[in-house]
Amino acid sequence: MSRVGVFVCHCGRNIAHTVDIEKVVEKIKDVDEVIHIESNMYMCSEPGQTVLKDAINKHNLDRVVVAACSKDMHEDTFRIATKEAGLNQYLTEMANIREQCSWVHEEKDKATEKTIRIIESTIEKVKRNQPLVPYQIPVTQKALVIGGGVAGIQAALDIADAGYEVVLVEKDSTIGGKMAQLAETFPTLDCSQCILTPKMVAVGRHPNISLLTNSEVENIDGYVGSFKVRINKKPRYVIEEKCTLCDDCVSVCPVIVHDEYNVGLTPRKAIYIAFPQAVPANYIIDPNTCLGIDPLICAKCKEVCEPRAIDFDMQPEIIEEEFGAIIVATGYTPYPIESIGEYGYGTIHDVISGLEFERILAANGPTQGVIRRPSDGKIPESVVFIHCAGSRDPAKHLEYCSKICCMYATKHALQYKHLVHDGTAINFYIDVRTAGKDYEEFYKRAAEEEGVIYIRGKVSELLQDGERILVRGVNTLTSEAVELHTDLVVLATGLLPSEGTKEISNILKLSCDNKGFVKEAHPKLKPVETAIAGVFVAGTASGPKDIPETVAQASGAAAKAETILSSDFMDRDPVIAEIDENTCGVCHTCIHVCPYGAIYYDEPLNKIVVREALCEGCGSCASACPSGSIELRNSTYESISASIKALLRSG
Amino acid sequence: MSKTTQETESQNPNPNIILFLCRWCSGKGADLAGTSRLQYPPNVLPIMVNCSSRIDPQHVVEAFLEGADGVLITGCNFGDCHYKTGNYKTFRRMSILSKLLKQVGVSPKRFRLTWISATEAAKFAKTVTAMVDELKKLPPYKINGKGGEEL
Repeated sequence: MSRVGVFVCHCGRNIAHTVDIEKVVEKIKDVDEVIHIESNMYMCSEPGQTVLKDAINKHNLDRVVVAACSKDMHEDTFRIATKEAGLNQYLTEMANIREQCSWVHEEKDKATEKTIRIIESTIEKVKRNQPLVPYQIPVTQKALVIGGGVAGIQAALDIADAGYEVVLVEKDSTIGGKMAQLAETFPTLDCSQCILTPKMVAVGRHPNISLLTNSEVENIDGYVGSFKVRINKKPRYVIEEKCTLCDDCVSVCPVIVHDEYNVGLTPRKAIYIAFPQAVPANYIIDPNTCLGIDPLICAKCKEVCEPRAIDFDMQPEIIEEEFGAIIVATGYTPYPIESIGEYGYGTIHDVISGLEFERILAANGPTQGVIRRPSDGKIPESVVFIHCAGSRDPAKHLEYCSKICCMYATKHALQYKHLVHDGTAINFYIDVRTAGKDYEEFYKRAAEEEGVIYIRGKVSELLQDGERILVRGVNTLTSEAVELHTDLVVLATGLLPSEGTKEISNILKLSCDNKGFVKEAHPKLKPVETAIAGVFVAGTASGPKDIPETVAQASGAAAKAETILSSDFMDRDPVIAEIDENTCGVCHTCIHVCPYGAIYYDEPLNKIVVREALCEGCGSCASACPSGSIELRNSTYESISASIKALLRSG
Repeated sequence: MSKTTQETESQNPNPNIILFLCRWCSGKGADLAGTSRLQYPPNVLPIMVNCSSRIDPQHVVEAFLEGADGVLITGCNFGDCHYKTGNYKTFRRMSILSKLLKQVGVSPKRFRLTWISATEAAKFAKTVTAMVDELKKLPPYKINGKGGEEL
């Protein structure tokens, strides 16, 4: 016989509003083995927890059910309280009567009836729980940061400065990410490169950071404290230690392709360095276009390379390492504007993306910072900036607001006015969203002091008209159709999760929202945690955000990772599989079912054994075992069965 | 609307459905439905397990034997399973079970398997509502001597 205590939470009116708590208490108090029941306004409050602790001792309870909110909210709270009262924490279970009952139903009598059933089934479960002790597992005091944009850079630096080893993995040949491509940043008009490159250099020379560029994470296994990660370091075909950055190879290379750093506005060779400040400062050969790598048709660069730094036979290197914590900072990709047919991107040369305009504005860009339009190199006399290009358009494009586009379009207009003083800058907008420190002032400066024109309304069509572009739209404040000619159109596009973000969330099994951005463990209170313990997210991998917010998140994620790295051991959930050797027929079914290889056959002893450190507790083996000899602790066949029966008990 | 149609439409005004939720995706999706105050009928009785693959096909059979009018199993979308491949196993096991249930005369409308991510609260509420509506049109599930029903 168990001595069960049941505690029903009103949650203010959140539960009590649709559930008749008195009736619930009345019903549950007569349930077998329930020794004590009471309700409380807020069980999670300090007094509520005291009520729980006092009752455990006063009534000598050996099982506890807290009927309140979701396990995700307060399971830890009540398990810790239970432990403080001297009872094993695994003998407390929560019955979710808020998220899955009171909040989703309106009829009080039916919600009350459902609440009673949920509590009864939880009582049946907890009666069958056994006391468990968490395992202590050693923590690998090293962090993995995936993605070398400003978020990854900041996170890696913070963790490294705190004294822990960091491996920073970047897919591209250099770190820096999208921020390294920007000209200036709003609202201060700081030169993006000037503020980013010191951080990049710091990463390159930090003794605690190992930088793996041109590398990709291929697989991640394990759990918080000890993730086993396989990284593929792809060959650069240029030996880093030997290369002197003399640039001799570039002039002889016959292959000319689009330069990704300048968004295709300039050419580059098959052997190249992304940009002069790249970290690591090394050339790289693009194996997809180089004529020297299998088959060897051309070896011009190798012939001119005096330090003999070029090696066409370089092979990928597979690196396998363990990490205690992981930070995902895989960033975004701009919305593909080719898909906005009416704006003619790709057919009208002078319709460009925001990122292309950044490159045109940049001092190290294709035009050395002189604003020239792509078609004929003319300095445009007027430029139209279209906000929300492909955003806030649920019918055809992205439904969401990408937060930064209003600000960067305003910045673009302002920069254009600074470089072409008598030029006309026209911004078409739906709403100008300037939520950020000094952002509204920045917009006011553009609109009121520096003569940038803002027209509220959408552009419906862009057409080539001779050398100029005809812009057709509407001014929704005056309800008039607008038609004007301009020399250049810049589309302020929104943000999508990057390919890397999608790949990593797939590898890690991270939950993503319907847009594909990584979902936070809690949108408000756990903004850098993910559903997986020990995996954190920073920057635009979890949604559109500006640079200050990205950097703040990166530091937050770093601090969270450091709390894991700072302990030598971590508690691990003991809810794992257990074998009854007496009935096990050694059929090996469970071995094949286990996704973790956590079950093996011990030949000398002729028995099946669970490797406790590897078992994650899915319970797949338990439902596969033909003789019912393997069970998931505290979630046994019998326990689920009893819960089903309790749920269906009439009346 | 004639009276007979009305009657056939609610043969069972109060069906009981056992709802299995996994802890990582569909359970979180159900919680999000709560947080977002999406309303659905109270006929679903939830049981949370770590992974949908923890559910033994026998649990489903037991639920019907204990008087459930329907069983709804939910798990992570393919490729999203927190335990890598748990939902694939659930899919295989439950596909076989659904054939067996059909053979012994349980209407396929009574047994559903669906994948719901942590963000798909609306899909969750919609799935539950649809299943409850469907089961209201069927008579209460009873095991008769022959083991069959309305097929």
